[in-house]
Amino acid sequence: MFLWFHKLGSPPHFYRIAGKWIPWLSSIFLVLLLAGLYGGLIEAPPDYQQGDSYRIIFVHVPAAWMSLFIYVAMAFCGAVIIIWRMKLAEVVLISSAPIGASFTFLALATGSLWGKPMWGTYWVWDARLTSELILLFLYLGVIGLHNAIDDKRVASRAVAILTLVGVVNIPIIHYSVEWWHSLHQGATVTKFDKPSIHWSMLIPLLLMALAFQVYYVLALFQKCRVELLQRERNSKWVEEL
Amino acid sequence: MSQRLSLAQAFVFLLRRDLLLAMRNRAEYAMPLLFFVLVITLFPLALGALPELLARIAPGIIWVAALLAAMLSLDSIFRSDFDDGSLEQILLSAHPVAVLVLAKVSAHWLVTGLPLLLVAPLLAEMLGMPATAQPILLLTILIGTPILSLIGAIGVALTVGLRKGGIILSLLVLPLYVPVLIFAASATENAAMGFEVSAQIYMLLAFLFLSLSLSPWATAAALRMSAS
Amino acid sequence: MSSSALLETRDLSCNRNDRLLFEHLDFALEAGQMLVVEGPNGCGKTSLLRILTGLRMADGGEILWRGNPIDRLAGDYYEQVTYVGHHDGVKHELSCLENLRLARAMGMPSKTDLDDVLEQVNLYAYGETEVGSMSAGQKRRLALARLLATDSMLWILDEPFTSLDKASMSMFASLFEQHLQRQGIIVMTSHHDISLPTQSLQRLQLGAQA
Repeated sequence: MFLWFHKLGSPPHFYRIAGKWIPWLSSIFLVLLLAGLYGGLIEAPPDYQQGDSYRIIFVHVPAAWMSLFIYVAMAFCGAVIIIWRMKLAEVVLISSAPIGASFTFLALATGSLWGKPMWGTYWVWDARLTSELILLFLYLGVIGLHNAIDDKRVASRAVAILTLVGVVNIPIIHYSVEWWHSLHQGATVTKFDKPSIHWSMLIPLLLMALAFQVYYVLALFQKCRVELLQRERNSKWVEEL
Repeated sequence: MSQRLSLAQAFVFLLRRDLLLAMRNRAEYAMPLLFFVLVITLFPLALGALPELLARIAPGIIWVAALLAAMLSLDSIFRSDFDDGSLEQILLSAHPVAVLVLAKVSAHWLVTGLPLLLVAPLLAEMLGMPATAQPILLLTILIGTPILSLIGAIGVALTVGLRKGGIILSLLVLPLYVPVLIFAASATENAAMGFEVSAQIYMLLAFLFLSLSLSPWATAAALRMSAS
Repeated sequence: MSSSALLETRDLSCNRNDRLLFEHLDFALEAGQMLVVEGPNGCGKTSLLRILTGLRMADGGEILWRGNPIDRLAGDYYEQVTYVGHHDGVKHELSCLENLRLARAMGMPSKTDLDDVLEQVNLYAYGETEVGSMSAGQKRRLALARLLATDSMLWILDEPFTSLDKASMSMFASLFEQHLQRQGIIVMTSHHDISLPTQSLQRLQLGAQA
């Protein structure tokens, strides 16, 4: 088991395995996405308060979950980079960043679209949206810092430190923004965590969350392969390809 | 064979060196303070000098200005040492770098954060902040500005080796400053309205202790990365 | 590998910007020996020296001081090393003496009086002078004076003779020789053709590999 993990960490091995998985992941993603969208857009009943406009949560909430999950995954890679300097961790971290940023942007955009029919404005200083906005800046910071350093191994150390600092701050920022929002009782876009959520809404939500997870792995594999080729372009195994 | 200095002695040495350097570079360190005053002056000009409005938003204005002034001052923590090779010598010290970093950050705060305490009451008056709020304002500045220096130091350490490091520094550091801003401004506002402030002050103290214990290590790691 | 080797590298490799600079580097230095690293520009001489100081991480292999890996020794290794790199490492707003006092505070102070240190590098008259007003050669001499102000066995020097005139160069060359005679170790790079004690000298050629 450990040997398998160790082998996976080797760039040429990962390159091959990831390449084999990509077509499978694409199919699984499409199936889950269609199932989730069908369940959310067609099967689930309209909300008694918001009618049909609430359906955007089937994209908004999983996107928000993914934005947080990916950052934590990046922080985990950061720890691996600092302790073991594993090349694959470096590639996974920087490849995840744009995907995480995209999910964050998607959460913000869908939250914004949801706000319009409800409150008449495209932006509302909701606790969740404000936290997502700050998270977007954290992602952009990682991408920006990595871009700014020429030597990519040094750049990986830098973003490893940055993501670890960020992940410690995320709960603090989230709590502070929640607290701030409760002071000025404004509109809340994401008031979907009602006491009990009906299973006809929960199932599509989970399907979409799973679909997004698979998409993350799919996009990650694709990006990682490209990044590996770029980084290892001077090594033997790349020349042999 | 002689003994190396104790850690405490090395700490004091570096602290005194940085204070001495600040004294000899007075102009450079006065800029952030002037910037603080300047930014605050812009608000009445932009919004109209309506006393109730200004008094209402004074805590927020002062704290946003303090944040920006802190950002401006951050470059001076490591820039000079990085450029002339002194930073390498500090990294090669026999003493733990995190503690030496704390000495430098302390010096930075004494020179850039503490002066805000002297100027803030004047500016609070100019904005019409009630006198009841001013002691709390000073308390938040006293607790908050060290946090800004400590967290900011991590950002500077990450970007000191970059050519255009200053640009990305704001992106890295301002999101991390948000919690301090929220609680400090809220405490001052509450004080102005006569409400409780203890929750906010305790949160600020918690942030201070958290950053005191964690940020020197992150800063030291980032400095090693920048110097390599 | 000799068991009396103080500084030893095993299978050391270094990458920069995704390019391999050197690999499988092995050498060992005993007390009283000197290593001169040579090679064309960009072949990794400075990188090697910075890896030896611990400022830069090697991409493979290890460095041993008295048989122990230097990353585990940390402070105990650093107090044995004095490094003079491309930058002088002196603050222009401080005086010569203030700079030397800091150098001692950071590392292991030597027993030599700081005025004597300045005397040895011909900067005695500049003790209280602000470094910013001194010439490049004088600043370099101050940077090298750090070697005398601290008491370390291992001197790592990157182009120490930059900006120095001939008289200063031979003065420092004899200081290096005295250090070797006192069982110290020196690792250095230099463009300059300076007469160095040949019997305790090893030469390492980089850039001949790959």
